[in-house]
Amino acid sequence: MSDPTLLSARGLRLSFGAIPALAGVDLDLWPGEVLAVVGESGSGKTTLLNVLSGRVRPDAGVVWYRDPDGALHDVHAMEAPLLRRLHRSDWGFVHQDPRQSLRMGVSAGGNVGERLMAAGARHYGRIRASALDWLAEVEIDPARIDDLPRIFSGGMLQRLQVARTLATHPRLVFMDEPTGGLDVSVQARLLDLIRRLVARHGLAVVLVTHDLAVARLLAQRIVVMRRGLAVETGLTDQVLEDPQHPYTQLLVSSVLQA
Amino acid sequence: MNGYNFAYLDEQTKRMIRRAILKAVAIPGHQVPFASREMPLPYGWGTGGIQVTASILGREDVLKVIDQGADDTTNAVSIRRFFAATAGVQTTTRTADASVIQTRHRIPEAPLTEQQILVYQVPQPEPLYRLEPSRAETTRMHALAEYGAMHVKLYEDIARLGQVAISYDYPVMVNGRYLTSPSPIPAFDNPKLHRMPALQLFGAGREKRIYAIPPYTDVRSLDFEDHPFRPHRADAACALCGSRQSYLDEVVTDNRGGRMFVCSDTDHCASRRAAGCEGVAA
Repeated sequence: MSDPTLLSARGLRLSFGAIPALAGVDLDLWPGEVLAVVGESGSGKTTLLNVLSGRVRPDAGVVWYRDPDGALHDVHAMEAPLLRRLHRSDWGFVHQDPRQSLRMGVSAGGNVGERLMAAGARHYGRIRASALDWLAEVEIDPARIDDLPRIFSGGMLQRLQVARTLATHPRLVFMDEPTGGLDVSVQARLLDLIRRLVARHGLAVVLVTHDLAVARLLAQRIVVMRRGLAVETGLTDQVLEDPQHPYTQLLVSSVLQA
Repeated sequence: MNGYNFAYLDEQTKRMIRRAILKAVAIPGHQVPFASREMPLPYGWGTGGIQVTASILGREDVLKVIDQGADDTTNAVSIRRFFAATAGVQTTTRTADASVIQTRHRIPEAPLTEQQILVYQVPQPEPLYRLEPSRAETTRMHALAEYGAMHVKLYEDIARLGQVAISYDYPVMVNGRYLTSPSPIPAFDNPKLHRMPALQLFGAGREKRIYAIPPYTDVRSLDFEDHPFRPHRADAACALCGSRQSYLDEVVTDNRGGRMFVCSDTDHCASRRAAGCEGVAA
């Protein structure tokens, strides 16, 4: 693993009042790698995601991002226009609730096209063709391109959000509980889809989940968080098969066997 | 003129408005906040335009005021009289003779010159307000030049209706930087904004914003490469002067469905008729 990292965090600290949400977290992400962040509610997973993506500023610590030209950027020292541009093009963010990022009053095609148009696309025919491609890729019937997301099911909404996020071919995608709130069969289909897209497009993903099965299915590496600290890091299979830290052992042993 | 300062506003207020105008000219298309005053006419009747006009008017100026292209409608007549009474300036209805033209919803048909200033009355200066209700957020969008949302609106129109369904207040990019509302002029007039020799000032009284398009500034109507901007004009000739180039108003003439198309710019129509042009109803 001597290749240059895509994203590196060192010594991240952030407290909400007396509660340390992050108490000194280091993290590395390499290009094309899926990294799962697991832990119980309140362990700082989502805060970590927000800090890594520059949406929330940490009290201390630094996040480095390497752009396609190899230049390093301190995410929290970047100027706002640059960071917003990064979020619109090179990065993507998949929320647990797709309504947070989708425009519910705009058609499915418009939602996928918005990121392209924000990135400067000005050819209607090509934007529409690209939207059709992406809808097909996330298994939404292209005939529904002009339908409003309002009438889509929860699973379709989440797939639409994935299509919209990937439309600009980002290199790095942050996912916050992408399968939360979906029923089990829909979850399975979405996970399958995400796994295929990640492999096909060589995406690097930081995936926050409380579901070890999701982590096992998607991630090559895993970070176990507890009370703002990364208590164990390693290859997913290794950590889940042979947990070293007592908390990880508890977490693994408390998964219900179907 | 007794009891009034020249052109109604006091000199301090004019100075404040001129500072806003200078800033607006320096940053084409950018909305500059200003301390809009109460004026002796209701919001929506041109309180922004009238304040801008009052601040730039000199004793030698010749003023023309139009409303929807016409010199003889209530709004135009009362604002013209207002300045005749409070500033004593000469007024005219002839576009070519005017040095300051205050307008509501039209650009005159006759090309304007470097010697003229066009003042627009603007009800809503924020082109993004239908898409984003928060002022703080639209300010941020302008600062970062994030105008993807506006194109989404155009995309939706084409996807649903086959064409962009904005016939007036059609958003423009000024100087390749700021998305700007041209005020509710018909999209037909948008091409005239582009590289116009005259200075264009926009005043929004209720919204307390001033913005400007300096002479010879690039102004592009938003569009797609494969769906270029197309100004719309009624497919008819003016019933009075026979023009097939000017922008037309549709006038209902009776209760049996009778209607006629006439030039919206009354001065343009009158001067064509004076030159001998005739339409079917003349």
